[in-house]
Amino acid sequence: MDSQSPEAMPVFPLPRTGSPLDPPAEYDRFRAEGALKKVNMWDGRQAWLVTRRDDVRAVLASPHFSADPTKPGYPFLTPARAATVKSYQTFITMDPPDHTRFRRMLTKDFTQKRMEELRPRVQTLVDRMIDDLLSGEPPGDLVQALALRLPVTVISLLAGVPLADDAKLVRWSNQRLDLSVDAETSESAGKNMLEYFDELLKSREEEPGDGADMLGRLVIEQIRPGHLDRKGAVHMINLLYFAGHETTANQIGLGVLHFLMNPGQRQKLVASPELVKNAVEEMLRYDTPPHYNACRVATTDVTIGGETIRAGEGVYALLSAANRDPDAFDDPARFDIERENASDQLAFSYGLHQCIGQPLARLELHTVFSTLFRRVPSLTLAIPFEQIQFKRDFYVYGLQALPVSW
Amino acid sequence: MTHEFKTVRIKIYPEKCIGAGHCVGCAPDIFSQNEDDGVVILLKDDPPPDRYESAKAAARLCPTSAIEIIEQ
Repeated sequence: MDSQSPEAMPVFPLPRTGSPLDPPAEYDRFRAEGALKKVNMWDGRQAWLVTRRDDVRAVLASPHFSADPTKPGYPFLTPARAATVKSYQTFITMDPPDHTRFRRMLTKDFTQKRMEELRPRVQTLVDRMIDDLLSGEPPGDLVQALALRLPVTVISLLAGVPLADDAKLVRWSNQRLDLSVDAETSESAGKNMLEYFDELLKSREEEPGDGADMLGRLVIEQIRPGHLDRKGAVHMINLLYFAGHETTANQIGLGVLHFLMNPGQRQKLVASPELVKNAVEEMLRYDTPPHYNACRVATTDVTIGGETIRAGEGVYALLSAANRDPDAFDDPARFDIERENASDQLAFSYGLHQCIGQPLARLELHTVFSTLFRRVPSLTLAIPFEQIQFKRDFYVYGLQALPVSW
Repeated sequence: MTHEFKTVRIKIYPEKCIGAGHCVGCAPDIFSQNEDDGVVILLKDDPPPDRYESAKAAARLCPTSAIEIIEQ
């Protein structure tokens, strides 16, 4: 593979040229041809694409790869992503031991016990949002009414972010994830978010409350005893807010679309509500909204799938490709909520950087998909599939809107 | 028995744990999480045979291999 000249290498990221529901078809070709594939990046550098599930797991479990973008050779997806390296880093771009120390400041908010406590509140929110949708005249946009609104509301309540500010926060967050905007727009959106959270935290440092939300708890448990400075806390809450809604919102939209397009699967889900957990694993496998994750750089020479990756070489361990690996999942392009090993999917990544919010995302997804089709049996797509707008240029994949009737 | 008379013992490595909680989701009777940082707590290192599959699922889903299943 090294003999291949850089001019002949494909350019990453690759467009989705087939169905908008499938990752780029080249992933299947690369996977079939060899373990790893070298690609050109926008800055003229090369990176390795990893597309087999076992190899993706091996990269993400290996201590010989770093998630730290300040390390030489880290392969940035776009100029806007490269610009973020100047910013303060949070635990998702740290390696141990710093990663462990900062991440553990937040894990208590995502334990299984906390999720069980939250479950009735999430159910109430889902029911209320469906009531609101049904109280309007069809068609309605399911993305605005539920897919985006639910995770934004939940993370705002948990974090202690005033719900009245969600419109501007969502707008900034979108600008940060839109790969088609210039670095300046993305940077300025990121700056606006940080300034907003800095102001919010300042007010909470004076009145942290009784520790009922994450901001208050960060003030009481981490900032006041000196474990975390304000800047660190601001970046942490910024990360939680934006990671806490973008991914789940996109998965809800895509998941609803699958059931609207697959009446047989929808019937099964409604008839057998106990299938919901597996159905959610299957949609995560099928869609993998963070379709450009996960990015790493080798810190020493390391062998993956029989190929040597040199120290300082960048790697994309593609979760979206791993989840469509035919050696791991039979007939991977088929959406099947009864797939036996759907929970082997890697949409939340693997290794020590696996999504901290995945228990919350699962809680929201389980609640939506055990409720929506039961409550609205007449739900249908309001436009032809061909007219649906996908977020093609976004760091997180999904739908711009999902017009539905009932 | 289809277990070939093997017994299962469970070992945990809390220093590797990131508090993902899959183990508690699979087997709340075997695993728990520390309330301060979500780190795994082992409630039972010798589960009964009818819980072997759940214990193995917990080990398989753990993203940081913080759970080891020892078949004896």
